Amino acid sequence: MISLHGVTKIYTVGTQRVAALNGVDLEIADGEFLSIMGPSGSGKSTLMNIIGCLDRQTEGKYILDGLDVSRLGDNQLAIIRNRRLGFVFQSFNLLPRMSAIDQVALPLLYRGASNRKKVAAAALELVGLSDRAHHKPTQLSGGEQQRVAIARALVARPSIILADEPTGALDTKTSMDVMEVFRQLNEEMQMTIAFVTHEHDVAAYTRRIVSLRDGKVVGDRPNVPVYAGRPAAPVEEKEAAP
Amino acid sequence: MTLIDVLGTALAALASNVVRTLLTMLGIIIGIAAVITLTAASEGAQRGVGEQIRGLGSNLMFIRPGLEEADGIQLPGSGVNLFLEDSRAIEAADFEYIEAIAAQGTIGGPGDFIFAQAIYQGQNRSTMLLGTEPTYQFVRDFYVESGRFLTEVDLTKKALVVVLGGEVADELFDTEDPVGKTIRIAVGAGPISIGFNFTVIGVMERRGASANTDQDDVIIVPMPSLQARIALVRDPRGRTNIDQINIKLSDRGKADQAKEEIGQLLMALHAVDEPDFRIQTQSDILATATEVERSLQVLVVSIALISLFVGGIGIMNIMLVSVTERTREIGIRKAIGAKRMDILWQFLVESIVVTTAGGALGVLVGIAVTQIAERFAIGGDNAYAVTPLWVMVGFAVAAVTGLVAGVYPAWRASRLDPIEALRHE
Repeated sequence: MISLHGVTKIYTVGTQRVAALNGVDLEIADGEFLSIMGPSGSGKSTLMNIIGCLDRQTEGKYILDGLDVSRLGDNQLAIIRNRRLGFVFQSFNLLPRMSAIDQVALPLLYRGASNRKKVAAAALELVGLSDRAHHKPTQLSGGEQQRVAIARALVARPSIILADEPTGALDTKTSMDVMEVFRQLNEEMQMTIAFVTHEHDVAAYTRRIVSLRDGKVVGDRPNVPVYAGRPAAPVEEKEAAP
Repeated sequence: MTLIDVLGTALAALASNVVRTLLTMLGIIIGIAAVITLTAASEGAQRGVGEQIRGLGSNLMFIRPGLEEADGIQLPGSGVNLFLEDSRAIEAADFEYIEAIAAQGTIGGPGDFIFAQAIYQGQNRSTMLLGTEPTYQFVRDFYVESGRFLTEVDLTKKALVVVLGGEVADELFDTEDPVGKTIRIAVGAGPISIGFNFTVIGVMERRGASANTDQDDVIIVPMPSLQARIALVRDPRGRTNIDQINIKLSDRGKADQAKEEIGQLLMALHAVDEPDFRIQTQSDILATATEVERSLQVLVVSIALISLFVGGIGIMNIMLVSVTERTREIGIRKAIGAKRMDILWQFLVESIVVTTAGGALGVLVGIAVTQIAERFAIGGDNAYAVTPLWVMVGFAVAAVTGLVAGVYPAWRASRLDPIEALRHE
């Protein structure tokens, strides 16, 4: 459960103060699948960074699972990122020279968990990459890399997975595969997933679309998701793994 | 994150760039190898000197002429003021702590411009003639191996008999038994020399060579024979010059008393107020030698530490580059929950692992170098002694170098802003 009240982020460039976010109010309930849309410079990446606890708002309140994040120190934010948040980036951001399973196990390492390999292997299975566990990023295709990144984001069972243009570096077919993974995670495991995107095709997969412009929320509407170009399948129907 | 996890992360990072890791280590490897090799050489030298001095015989005291080691060449008799009569007088004084006493005079030793050459059937060898008394082997704890040593009869008869040092016997006689054979000894300076025939009566046990003297390279003759046949210069008052009086003490604890009382006696005999001779105990010699070795060691260790310091700077430099190069990685790690301390430790441990591994390799390289040097006998036998102390010091210094060199880069890495770091290309 995420709630933002009047979140404002002001950057000072030289003597100029630029508001990247200007009083954003947003609630994300558990189990939601939403996209945050907006043109370049609308502040969606800044919003993403704040929700992701990578950055702090200048003003306003951010409550994550009942916790006032703005009061937390660096170390506590690191713990929040580790336990409650999962990131998927446009450029995958995998560590070079590290096998898929080790990448996925990394958040567990920082959490100090035992049983890491087993949990990581299960996460890789969820994204359909069990057979690629010991491949390194350079040996994986773009879609596979992104799925490793998704596995890494979900391995710690976070409250929310934040995806910043996750299909931005992928072709249409691969994008659809990746979106399919997200859809399954949301539908079958009730994971909360928020996308930042400017692609309507991507947003079309989600159940709610929030529009951002000039640092403000200008639209917030439910969406009937369309999967792989056809209307949403009933929940009970299992999709074949991509 | 446990220490093992941190170590695993560091090792994985190091293993992912083996060439760079090895190059980083190189400075430390060389530094530690230098520490090990140089201290081993210095330690070996120290041990050698110690053994040599202890090998002189226990509870030994020497009296030498005061000017014996004046610089430059010394003419026979010039400034030499130690006499056979002194030795006799000390003996006559009958000090209770003197167990035995043996005077000695040498010709043809190192640095002597008079040469002594032993000849047997076309084989010849330049060596040192040492005139002494039957007590010599007991005082110096240096015994005859085959045949017999000098006797009082040889002295009174001024017999033309010799006892050969092992080295001389080997060279002149090879496998033949020297005892009973006749050798010719030529003594001279420049083109002038005189020769006498001597009968070999014995061969000394082998003591082995050390850095500057070879106790086996000697021919021992009765002191009176040396004086009578091969003119040892007598001083105008008819006294016989000798090089050294060897005294064996019954009790090491009496060394200071012996020095004092014998000194008084000799000063009275020589009618001087200041000693014109030197009395040294074994421990004096050991102390002087140790002092020299210590200062050598300080020098050696400081050179080695400087090379380690340079290696440490190299490591810091590479760690800084590595932090910059891996900025994005740091951002990713922070995004998925690494705390500052996690990042700090990761880089610090990497640095320490590099230097400690470098230290271990350096120790191995150092030991290998000393082994190779030993094999090719660079610096003589047993010239190197790798000591556990210096191995540990080298290791510890390497680890500390890693810590010191790694702290700043690791701190920089830990302070990186995750958003900035993620944007870094």
